[in-house]
Amino acid sequence: MNVAGIFSATGGRKRMAAALMVALFAIAPAFAINFPALTGRVVDQANIIQSDTRAAVEQKSADLEEKSGIQLVVATVNSLEGQEIEPYANELFRKWALGEKKKNNGVLLLVAPNERRVRIEVGYGLEGTLTDALSKVIISNAMTPRFKAGNFSEGISRGVDDIITVLTTDASEWQKRPSLRLDYQQPVDPASWILLATLFVFFILLIVSPTFRWLLFNVVLNVLASSGSSGGRYSGGGYSGGGGGGFSGGGGSSGGGGASGSW
Amino acid sequence: MILSAANIRNFFAVTLLGLTLAGCGYNTIPTLEEQAKAKWSDVQNNYQRRADLIPNLVATVQGYAKQEREVLTSVIEARAKATSIRVDASQLTDPEKVKQFQDAQNQLSGALGRLIAISENYPDLKSNQNFLALQSQLEGTENRIAVARRDYIEAVRAYNTELKTFPGILWASTFFRSNKPMAEFAASEGAAKPPQVKF
Repeated sequence: MNVAGIFSATGGRKRMAAALMVALFAIAPAFAINFPALTGRVVDQANIIQSDTRAAVEQKSADLEEKSGIQLVVATVNSLEGQEIEPYANELFRKWALGEKKKNNGVLLLVAPNERRVRIEVGYGLEGTLTDALSKVIISNAMTPRFKAGNFSEGISRGVDDIITVLTTDASEWQKRPSLRLDYQQPVDPASWILLATLFVFFILLIVSPTFRWLLFNVVLNVLASSGSSGGRYSGGGYSGGGGGGFSGGGGSSGGGGASGSW
Repeated sequence: MILSAANIRNFFAVTLLGLTLAGCGYNTIPTLEEQAKAKWSDVQNNYQRRADLIPNLVATVQGYAKQEREVLTSVIEARAKATSIRVDASQLTDPEKVKQFQDAQNQLSGALGRLIAISENYPDLKSNQNFLALQSQLEGTENRIAVARRDYIEAVRAYNTELKTFPGILWASTFFRSNKPMAEFAASEGAAKPPQVKF
């Protein structure tokens, strides 16, 4: 990169340039994987889903999002590119940013027919509903027996049905889930007159006390720091256009919930 | 009121100075530090989650495989050791402490791996619903640990790089002289790969 070049050119900055290079190489592997693009609710790169099944699954996923905001995406890939399915699914989930940003309510059903591996990757916000144990049950009962017989369309279709059943059976569940996450913001205390009084005192102090101004200065810095960072590594919507009817992730993330199986 | 012109000017000067410093990257070091600490607590929570699963798992296995006393005891002991070592956020700059934590957890991973391996020999146990559920939870937790570790390693890398590179190095050598690089995890085979279970 240019920056590194400048540092080494000015001399005496070699260590810095070296550190930069190390940093660049450390990031490099993250870009090495060729993930498929999010072209719709069903991304059938491996071409194993029949067209009528595909249409039905897309419709069910759209209905689910309409009803609950949950984004369910089915993906099939030609190759996991030498990775285990767990890290692959997690990175793909984060790249596509499935689910709403605040609720992290996305689900990714990933099938890798050539590696004979399948995984349900569950967003943070749904871990309590679609648990690891339930995901495992869905995979081993509805999916892998059919995959074993080469019937991918039916296996995927049944898997999607079961996932949706689990997600929609307890409607109150996804509404209370987000409160368990760290990024959930507590609702503001209704006693707003206390807030007003505090503001009043705040301004008086601001005018009267130099020490307080220093304190405020630090607070302002902190606020700026936090607003600067909340832009988010996983902010979705990065994907634009494509032929998929404008479908894109909502900014959700996953911490590796769900289960995997093989056949 | 005493809203003199000088006071207002001071107020704006302070705000402006704040904005300027923020623009220069004054915030970056504390921000990255907090992020890394948050990622660490994710790591620790996920290990705790695994530890919480173990008593139930051991009890279930015991019902079917009493004679495997040695393996069961080693799991219980490794769990006790692992839960006794906690690393709070302020100790992250101490590589020795982080290594102790890591070693204890790796030992537990190994003991758990053996427990899962011997359970293969007990068909009744393998088809027990409770055991299957526990096993999938254990797998899920191992995977969460792997993800949390990866996120932590990434956050530490960003923080440590900021301390050593321009312009962060200017702040690190002036305002944040007490900020030390955090210890990274060594990549360990056992923890990076969740134990695979075939059904």
